[in-house]
Amino acid sequence: MSDVIVPSRDATLDLAWRLLATIPDPEIPVISIVELGIVRNVRRDGDALVVTVTPTYSGCPATAMIESDIVKALTQAGMAVCRVETQLAPAWTTDSIAPAARERLRAYGIVPPGERPAVQQVNISGLRRKSTAAIACPRCGSVRTTELSRFGSTPCKAQYRCEDCREPFDYFKPH
Amino acid sequence: MSNDHQLLDYLLRLADSDLILGQHLGEWVGHGPALEEDIALTNVGLDLLGQARLWFTYAGEIEARIAGRGRSEDEFAFLRDASEFRNVLLVEQPNGNYAHTMARQFYFDAWHELLLTQLSHSSDIRIAGIASKGVKEARYHIERSAEWVIRLGDGTGESHTRMQAAIDDLWTYTGELFEMDATDAALVAAGIGCDLAALALVWRERIGAVLVEATLAVPADTWMQSGGKRGVHTEHFGHLLAEMQSLPRAHPGVQW
Repeated sequence: MSDVIVPSRDATLDLAWRLLATIPDPEIPVISIVELGIVRNVRRDGDALVVTVTPTYSGCPATAMIESDIVKALTQAGMAVCRVETQLAPAWTTDSIAPAARERLRAYGIVPPGERPAVQQVNISGLRRKSTAAIACPRCGSVRTTELSRFGSTPCKAQYRCEDCREPFDYFKPH
Repeated sequence: MSNDHQLLDYLLRLADSDLILGQHLGEWVGHGPALEEDIALTNVGLDLLGQARLWFTYAGEIEARIAGRGRSEDEFAFLRDASEFRNVLLVEQPNGNYAHTMARQFYFDAWHELLLTQLSHSSDIRIAGIASKGVKEARYHIERSAEWVIRLGDGTGESHTRMQAAIDDLWTYTGELFEMDATDAALVAAGIGCDLAALALVWRERIGAVLVEATLAVPADTWMQSGGKRGVHTEHFGHLLAEMQSLPRAHPGVQW
């Protein structure tokens, strides 16, 4: 996790970052909220610590849970009054996920997100637009996989099935 | 130039359309034709609900600036009556069969994505932030609903007939999406809002291309219904509100 935390000259803020890096994402517990890239900033405001987070999706139901996890982790460590602020812009993207976390996602059975499409104007001409980029099965490595649903167990994932080992798996969508 | 009353009205239009469509999609929970569809519809609904909450929060802050106190998200959603809602009529149309749900979603998504793209350049940084976040979600939604229109339109004889019927039935509610009134004009003049009329042509081109691929006919021009943005709603709306609001109305201030 050291690759995502840049030390500052403020020991309290450094400790806060280290504590935040121990908080797992509630839906994907193999990666921390820092590795997920949703912690934007930690700063002092008088005696209080202010943690700025950004949501992955507008309606992500884990957001409230993450906020309470942050407050709990920091206060349990004896840190001063802290509060959580939300920052929308610039919008979170899957590019913010730490490199080390990607391989842990795969080992956990979730294929990490591929590259985001460069063209942001979406082409809606339906089925002929289907992406040809192969999503390899996280279990057997086969690239013979099929998208079952554009949404998986959470908004950030799509559901796939491997045609060789026949296991279903989640794909973290480039977003 | 625009004022805070117009900005509040504008934010409620954005919030209400997201909220009401999200509520309708939520009605599919446990009733989807397949588990994957059940999950997908409710995930789209969740995105819309999340966007609605962001618009409501901002609307509450603007209302506080006007009146000293602004309503909370829950007060906006659960304690207003039909005439106070500002959503477009399209989103309050009932789920019907799967073709109706998908036609409604297709028309909405194709518009929503264009709208949010424009609003992401708004001179109001709060609006730009919410829209920049939402447009990423809207892009994914339109890909999915367009796929379903093609799959059902270019599917079996039965699915084609039903998809065409749904596309035709809902056409009358699409004109309102591009109507400009005094509020819209003031917000555009202030560099905050979106010129809806200017989206009409590109919207028609985009949905037209999908309908051709789906072997469906673009509906003939007809009388266009309108009124949602002024609080004049269709007969379906009261039923939706009754279900959505019954719990907080019966147990004011209830929490879990």
